[in-house]
Amino acid sequence: MGRRVLLIEDEPNIIEAISFILSKDGWTVHTHADGETAVDRVREGVPDLLILDVMLPGRSGFDILRELREEAAPDLPILMLTARGQQRDRDMAEQLGATRFMTKPFSNSEVLETVRALAGP
Amino acid sequence: MPERQLTGTRLRNRRIDRGMKQSALAQAVGISPSYLNLIEHNRRRIGGKLLSDIARELAVEPEMLVEGTASAVRIPLQEAAGEFRSAAPEEARIDELVARFPGWAALIGAQHDRIAQLEARVQRLTDRLTHDPQVASALHEVISTVTAIRSTASILVDSEDLDRDWQARFHRNLDTDSLRLSESSQALMGYLDMNADAAAQVQSPLEIAEAEMAARGYAYPELERGEASPEALSADLPDPRARAILRNWLSIFVEDARHLPTEAFAPAARKLAHDPLRLARMFEQPLDRVFRRLAALPEDGDHPVMGLAICDQAGVVVFQKPMMDFHLPRSAAACPFWPVFQALTQPGRPVRRIVGLPGASATAFDCAAVARDFGPPSFDGPGQVVATMLVRPVHPDADTSPALVGPGCRVCPVEGCTARRQPSLLQDGA
Repeated sequence: MGRRVLLIEDEPNIIEAISFILSKDGWTVHTHADGETAVDRVREGVPDLLILDVMLPGRSGFDILRELREEAAPDLPILMLTARGQQRDRDMAEQLGATRFMTKPFSNSEVLETVRALAGP
Repeated sequence: MPERQLTGTRLRNRRIDRGMKQSALAQAVGISPSYLNLIEHNRRRIGGKLLSDIARELAVEPEMLVEGTASAVRIPLQEAAGEFRSAAPEEARIDELVARFPGWAALIGAQHDRIAQLEARVQRLTDRLTHDPQVASALHEVISTVTAIRSTASILVDSEDLDRDWQARFHRNLDTDSLRLSESSQALMGYLDMNADAAAQVQSPLEIAEAEMAARGYAYPELERGEASPEALSADLPDPRARAILRNWLSIFVEDARHLPTEAFAPAARKLAHDPLRLARMFEQPLDRVFRRLAALPEDGDHPVMGLAICDQAGVVVFQKPMMDFHLPRSAAACPFWPVFQALTQPGRPVRRIVGLPGASATAFDCAAVARDFGPPSFDGPGQVVATMLVRPVHPDADTSPALVGPGCRVCPVEGCTARRQPSLLQDGA
């Protein structure tokens, strides 16, 4: 079983595409689409890496990030995904403790390289 | 907001500024110090010769001392000075500026107001793009769908060993996402179009005058019948510059109608299939006048919809009647391939072209244009060449090969255009 990545994203076809490329790279991909229960989902089993969308139904990705950093997963590598590339969003993500920030639309190779880099050797 | 000063107070301040004693000023103008004291404390009114005498002694224009006459000009000047302190304006001398150069002071104030209007417009547009939840939501939908399409398409291209089930699955995803993208982008465009009126709330005088004519359907039967005047029909516009522009256009309308009255022109236009050249010959009138009268015909079953554009010698569009997709940009340079600009290069010689905007669904337009020199005959000076273009839609079934014209470089997708002035937002690397 490969290292575990949890993808919190609500767009089914993005979920499918990212899951496919990461699985092919040897990752075990878990997915979750609801913002409200996202923190609980992480607590159930902290993954090796979290990919977190900003705009989620029920709760903002920034709120989830804040709570994770405060208690559940202070050291977990977290890659934030957003359709908004504004500087203030980047600043907010950095301030709240995101490890990396990526703007949609991105390429598969960007995602793959970033995930590999964040997970370490 | 500066405190409004009464005449007496202003007079007193001016005297003190100049280090002049009350008794000395009173003696100089032949009144008692106690009477001057009453004036300075606003307990006696002042005007006429006494005001002029006091103003002369205080080395100031009388208007500068009179309550209210200058404050309407002074306030925007003070606001302008406050906003551009880096320019180090002599704020203490605003009164002097108003009194000595009232025209320049009014101009600075008007420009200050205009800047404020434009800033408000920019702010509204910016807010719309950054804070409007509808736009944000629609853009998020578009970008998310594009992300899914990009990622899925890359998988299909890069994965040589993809089995049939996965291939079919990703193809289905592409199909649903492309449909979704089409719907979400149309929804976004529809929303932006719907709000175009709100964005245009702050308009230039030219736009205000055009909007007024558009609201009337470019038809003024009462002018033709002599029951109203251009002055009367433009009087309701609050902006004096817009009023002057509208009055000018309506005067041209009256003159055109006098030579080509609707009761004779409309049936002839119908009979001659709205052919401007034949109509010009028939009525022995200049072609540009025929264009304007054709564009002013009522848009009913008897007459097709027709647009009009008029530009001056510098290529600035000074009037237009938009129609369907036809609309020349006002704030940016238009595509030079529109025949109206070609006509400018050959005054007196008409140009006719079938043109089309890029895009499969765009309508083709039959454009006829002519330029005429309205200046007095002279060997000196640049002349006053004005080009007028009549625009008619080409029937969708007509067998034509329209020449390509663009909507303006910034939003034009045509690649390799020899007339491109700047990169397009719609192309890579823009």
